[in-house]
Amino acid sequence: MSAAKQSVLFDAPGPKAKRRILLINILGVLALLGLLVYLVLGLNSAGQLAPEKWNVFLKGGVWSNFILPGLLKTLQAAAISIVTSLIFGFIFGMGRLSHNKVIDWISTIVVEFFRAVPVLLMMLFLWIMLARSGWVEPQDSPFYAVVIGLTLYNGSVIAELIRSGVHGLPRGQREAGIAIGLTRSQSLRLIEIPQALTAMLPALISQFIVILKDSALGYIINFNELLFNGKLVGTGNSNMFQSLVIVAAIFIILNFALSKLASVVSSRLSSRGQL
Amino acid sequence: MQGYLSLWDEYGARIMESFWANLQLTFWAFIACAILGTILAIMRISPIPSLRAFGTAYVNIFRNTPLTIIMTFGVLVLFGVFQLQLSDDFNFNFFQIAIIGLTIYHAAFFCEAIRSGVNTVPLGQAEAARAIGLGFLPAARLVILPQAFRGAIVPMGNVLIALIKNTTVALAGSVAEISGLMKTMIEYRADQGILIFLTIALMFVVIVVPIGILVTWLSKKLAVAR
Repeated sequence: MSAAKQSVLFDAPGPKAKRRILLINILGVLALLGLLVYLVLGLNSAGQLAPEKWNVFLKGGVWSNFILPGLLKTLQAAAISIVTSLIFGFIFGMGRLSHNKVIDWISTIVVEFFRAVPVLLMMLFLWIMLARSGWVEPQDSPFYAVVIGLTLYNGSVIAELIRSGVHGLPRGQREAGIAIGLTRSQSLRLIEIPQALTAMLPALISQFIVILKDSALGYIINFNELLFNGKLVGTGNSNMFQSLVIVAAIFIILNFALSKLASVVSSRLSSRGQL
Repeated sequence: MQGYLSLWDEYGARIMESFWANLQLTFWAFIACAILGTILAIMRISPIPSLRAFGTAYVNIFRNTPLTIIMTFGVLVLFGVFQLQLSDDFNFNFFQIAIIGLTIYHAAFFCEAIRSGVNTVPLGQAEAARAIGLGFLPAARLVILPQAFRGAIVPMGNVLIALIKNTTVALAGSVAEISGLMKTMIEYRADQGILIFLTIALMFVVIVVPIGILVTWLSKKLAVAR
């Protein structure tokens, strides 16, 4: 969609414009190369490209003791949060669509509140309070704080997605449901939400990226996830720059794969031509 | 209640001071990310392949990096390894590094917001601009972008709201802001923990919810009538 629309911002170039584009393109490539060379030279003169700074990552120990366990924790927290956010989003999304005024109001307040409060605030609060409450083992409290914090925020966003997804459906869907004798909530559950779900699948996957990214906030509350362990590697081997680059690269690859999935799903859905 | 009120006597001034730091971070980072994001958006819709590739790479890299890593990078690498000194004042140095981090991260989202705005501009507008003889840059500046900005109010507002909330992550960048203060307060006064959290949380609600309403209103008011 976007590619086709953007290309019309400029004409099919004639010979003169082609030459000009080529010239600016060459200048652009040179400028980018210059930036790259400047960065590499700068890093080199600071000694950051020295092999001993990077060699650590060729040994299995760093991976098996730090990176992979950290990655596992990150994925665990993200996976659990995705499931719980979906449940939370479902409940409060239904609540916001409810015809009962009280349920609607309560759901609206909950959803608006948790969407407006920074996730980090919730995590810090839960982390300290859970550790003191004795409900969970103190060493597990960062994990619970991360999962609950992510659930409250992302669940609220998903609730909002479900609501707008259902509102985006043609009215005939609900009318047809009621016409064949379903109650309002049955028609919502059996007819409207399943259709809204397919339409909002790309947005839902984008929200999973947010969950995966925000799980790194756990670093601040001493949750031993990927970034936390990456920092340990950097401190232990005095290669903080290299460690953080590796950790960032892992996050970027994971999220990039997820966003590709989202765009594949979205193009599949639009080519199916439903709705 | 008595305990809660005594909390305000003890921390009230610091709460306002810290929250002011969050608002300042928001202000400067939003201006900077709007400029950088617009430049990136122009690159991404330009006819120059190398600039397009750069814009795409920038967005893909920074949109997919957790902000926490960028903030940590600022403190542990830019300051810790490369001794970046933007200011002689120790704390102000971290403050400025945090602004850079927030800018780099949110510029990727701002760029995408503008691009989605460009998608709302009908084909005929670009064609008309070309027909009266405008080249790419004049067409973008005079015809496409003014309409794109008006069509991108909602996504731009979402970037602003995300930015306001994300200034709390500056805690990872050693900035004295509100989430760090809340942590200290709850640690010292766990008996008032819930009220402390609700107080700070409501400060964000009071800022964020009206902005959301304002954005919706503006997007309707400024929508290009077609």
